[in-house]
Amino acid sequence: MTFFGLFRRDANKHTILASGQVVPDPERCVQCGICTYNCPIGIDVRSHAWRGEPVRHSQCLTCGECVMRCPRGVLRFEQTELFAKGEL
Amino acid sequence: MKYVIIGVGVAGMAAIEAIRSLDSSGEIILVGDDPYGFYSRPGLAYFLTGELHDKALFPRNAEDMRKLNFRYLTARVTRILRKDRSVELENQPAVAYDRLLVAVGAQAVPLEVPGADLEGVLKLDHMSDAKHILKHARRGKTAIVVGGGITALELVEGLRAHGVRVHYLLRGDRYWSNVLDEQESRIIERRLQEAGVTLHHRAEVIEIAGRGGRVSGVRLLNGQTLPCDLLAYAIGIRPRLDLAKQAGLALDRGILVNEYLQTNDPDIYAAGDVAQAYDPLSGRSVLDSLWTPARQQGQTAGLNMAGRKTAYIKAPPFNITRLAGLTTTIIGTVGRGRDEDLVGIARGDSETWRQLPDSMVAQTGFDVNRLRLLVGEQTLLGAIVMGDQKLSFPLQKLISGRVDISPIRERLLAPNAEVANIVADFWATRESQFRANLQ
Repeated sequence: MTFFGLFRRDANKHTILASGQVVPDPERCVQCGICTYNCPIGIDVRSHAWRGEPVRHSQCLTCGECVMRCPRGVLRFEQTELFAKGEL
Repeated sequence: MKYVIIGVGVAGMAAIEAIRSLDSSGEIILVGDDPYGFYSRPGLAYFLTGELHDKALFPRNAEDMRKLNFRYLTARVTRILRKDRSVELENQPAVAYDRLLVAVGAQAVPLEVPGADLEGVLKLDHMSDAKHILKHARRGKTAIVVGGGITALELVEGLRAHGVRVHYLLRGDRYWSNVLDEQESRIIERRLQEAGVTLHHRAEVIEIAGRGGRVSGVRLLNGQTLPCDLLAYAIGIRPRLDLAKQAGLALDRGILVNEYLQTNDPDIYAAGDVAQAYDPLSGRSVLDSLWTPARQQGQTAGLNMAGRKTAYIKAPPFNITRLAGLTTTIIGTVGRGRDEDLVGIARGDSETWRQLPDSMVAQTGFDVNRLRLLVGEQTLLGAIVMGDQKLSFPLQKLISGRVDISPIRERLLAPNAEVANIVADFWATRESQFRANLQ
């Protein structure tokens, strides 16, 4: 991959993170709390997973810590409708 | 209406939420004998490895509990008095019910060898067990772990994480042989060895030796002796049936319930690991020891108790676990037969995984990324995904949705088929068609 390609990949990643939200699959979740435990902002990600609701929290940084730490692949990033057209 | 729920697990909590969604004024009493209340039982594995703090395992705070408006009694139920429609408690007045839910779960099958009562013999049922293990792990130098399935590996990994030297003893020829195939077992075993675990096959403990009331070693069936400070076991779990037996409820290996989670007493329901639920699709009554079915059963039981007749439809069983650090998803029917290392069902296990499938196997991948599919006549019956999990979500949907795979079946079963690519393409095509139809 060229240098430019690397840069573009990085830009894409940032775009996804900035326009994304964390979405849980409650069927995979056992409420262990690793997500909540590792959230730097202190968002109760686990309760979203119990209710099957996306983490729509004004302070969520979409840093990906909860997605990465979850031992059961409950959480994933999904693009929100708000930015779906790719204005960013 | 007065509801009583016995058992502070996920089935009980889901039942309370369901009852409250229909009945805001009825009295709900939750009775449980675990002094720690409601916490994530599967999360104990991550507490053992040090990935989280014990306080993080509690999904509900006091405010959440208050909103559900129920009374919680920490007490042991001694009897269910069906004629009086009440439950008798140890050292507390009896409580009356109009509808009762028994959701008391399952417990570890005890290790029945001489010396099993020595200090340093450990199991993993409750929070108190996990704390006990950690206390011992700080002092122990060498541990022996006995048993198959998920919990035994949680013990191995938890003890290793604290620097304990671990010998893992298997009675059979390989790890978790009734769910995993030989190659999958070997992948796990190799990873355990790489992590410094010593494996012993065809090894059976017949006696635990002690010194000063504490474990000092074990004697094996082949005559060998191994010195150790700790012995941890997980040889299977058994539904807690004492109360139901005493009350005269219909039992098999669990409490028998119909698709409405109702026992043979119409005012008494059962859900979770203790229930052997009738599955109208297969016509069989099966045990599950998985979190999600327990939650779904609790929810369904709660709705029925509050008057909304709702059938529990068992989805193909599905679990994600970490085996020797390798994320593994098990969906639908994947294995067969018995496992010498397990007495009955393992934690995080479903009997449905082991129903003999009329199917063919397609598999791909080596070492850490491995995929095995059980291919039926028209649908996928089961899958094991080890390592890379990209396909586990599509496979879960294809299997639970009983999607017709006729367009790819022949290609999947061709020699050296690129199984992962075929499934991924099939899923992507279906998704794009679905989106196109929406527009």
